[in-house]
Amino acid sequence: MKSPAISLNPTAGPIALLIGTRKGAFTLKSDRARRTWKLSAPLFLGHIIHHIVCDPRDRRTMLMAASTGHLGPTIFRSTDAGKTWKESATPPAFPKVPEGEKGRSVGHVFWLTPCHANEPNVWYAGTSPQGLFRSEDGGATWKPFSYINDDPQYREWMGSIQDGTPDGPKLHSILVDPRNPKHLYFAMSGGGVHESTDGGKTFVPLLEGLDVVEGFAPTTATFHDPHCVRLCPSNPDRLYQQNHCGIYRLDRPSDTWLRIGKNMPKKIGDIGFPMVVHPHNADIAWVFPMDGQTVWPRVSPDGKPAAYVTRNAGKRWTRQDKGFPRSNAWWTVKRQAMSNDAHETVGLYVGTTQGEIWASRNEGATWTCIARHLPEIYSVEASELGR
Amino acid sequence: MTVHIPGALRSYTAHKGEVQIDGATLAEVLTALDRRFPGIRFRIITEQDTIRPHIRIFVNEEQRHDVAAPLQDTDRVYIVCALSGG
Repeated sequence: MKSPAISLNPTAGPIALLIGTRKGAFTLKSDRARRTWKLSAPLFLGHIIHHIVCDPRDRRTMLMAASTGHLGPTIFRSTDAGKTWKESATPPAFPKVPEGEKGRSVGHVFWLTPCHANEPNVWYAGTSPQGLFRSEDGGATWKPFSYINDDPQYREWMGSIQDGTPDGPKLHSILVDPRNPKHLYFAMSGGGVHESTDGGKTFVPLLEGLDVVEGFAPTTATFHDPHCVRLCPSNPDRLYQQNHCGIYRLDRPSDTWLRIGKNMPKKIGDIGFPMVVHPHNADIAWVFPMDGQTVWPRVSPDGKPAAYVTRNAGKRWTRQDKGFPRSNAWWTVKRQAMSNDAHETVGLYVGTTQGEIWASRNEGATWTCIARHLPEIYSVEASELGR
Repeated sequence: MTVHIPGALRSYTAHKGEVQIDGATLAEVLTALDRRFPGIRFRIITEQDTIRPHIRIFVNEEQRHDVAAPLQDTDRVYIVCALSGG
């Protein structure tokens, strides 16, 4: 049964890009036409900023996941659209275990998700090592959420510090169904995609149809490596996923992912980190492929960066490289570093590992570099801030 | 006793590089430090009460790995950020 599409009105205001980098946070603010951009001074210079998110429910509350090379992880929060910041009183932390047992410690907070419109002040956070946390006071205090952090089966699927990405496995892509706050998804690299329909009391893996690295069993969640999962705001029954092993689409209530990346050009392949979906049309989505051959260089294929768009839910993909360097551009776009706004003609934003921000005001048809010489970019979120 | 605060943590101590804190053990000193400067302890010590990987704590000139270590009133505690990388 297909759910009715949700009508979201396009927006038309100035855009603020919230940029997390390896050495601090920045904002880039546009005019209404998104033609001119102004870069802020660095915020929390020297901190490793994995994610900054503005709460769309009030457009004033912002949370920033921060750590440094030596200090422990924390979350900074602003309630005045980024003018002032305060630290969370109790950042996400695993429970202390009894003497003699080996407990886990949060290395960094990786992902932040504001919850449902009917649950103001509720946020979710995903961490490395992999854990799921919830705040009910706008990010001021955090508690472990659900049973998964301590469940033996989930802990086995989560693996150890050696089983995920180089700086630790990450729980990410925490998605809340805009129709029902009890309907949740999250993803783990590694550990697969998981769904709850009862507000986190139980979760079940959603792995059917997903490939894993050759030689491993696709029925075991441990071997699944989702890179980025997105839920379509205009049709919450449709999810897209950029995975370590391809690009996928899932149309609920089916629980079988379809590998739509097989329709990508063979010489490009369907490997990458980020994926974004059109806010008003669930048939449109973008990826930013990278080289996943041999030893995984994780750079733009052949040094020629390009986004690829599908306008028919993955049946066909079109290259979008106008404005990008034509050669010798050996950068990567990380999973949180591609974002979109909600204008009628959607704006797309890409942050590179080389510290550049590229923008498109026309859904990827042309691209312009709007900032350079930033530190390595980890995340970009496009927001419209309140006054 | 005197606790030396590294530059990376002075945003918590109103930019003071030295603070006077009482405690019979390192753990008590860190708890008292956090009471006075909320949030500072978690940046130094994990939720499992271990010293974070790139933090070192010296008492006088001797490195301590265990926060249960007893202290004297005359001891000087140095919290050090072990910097690495570019």
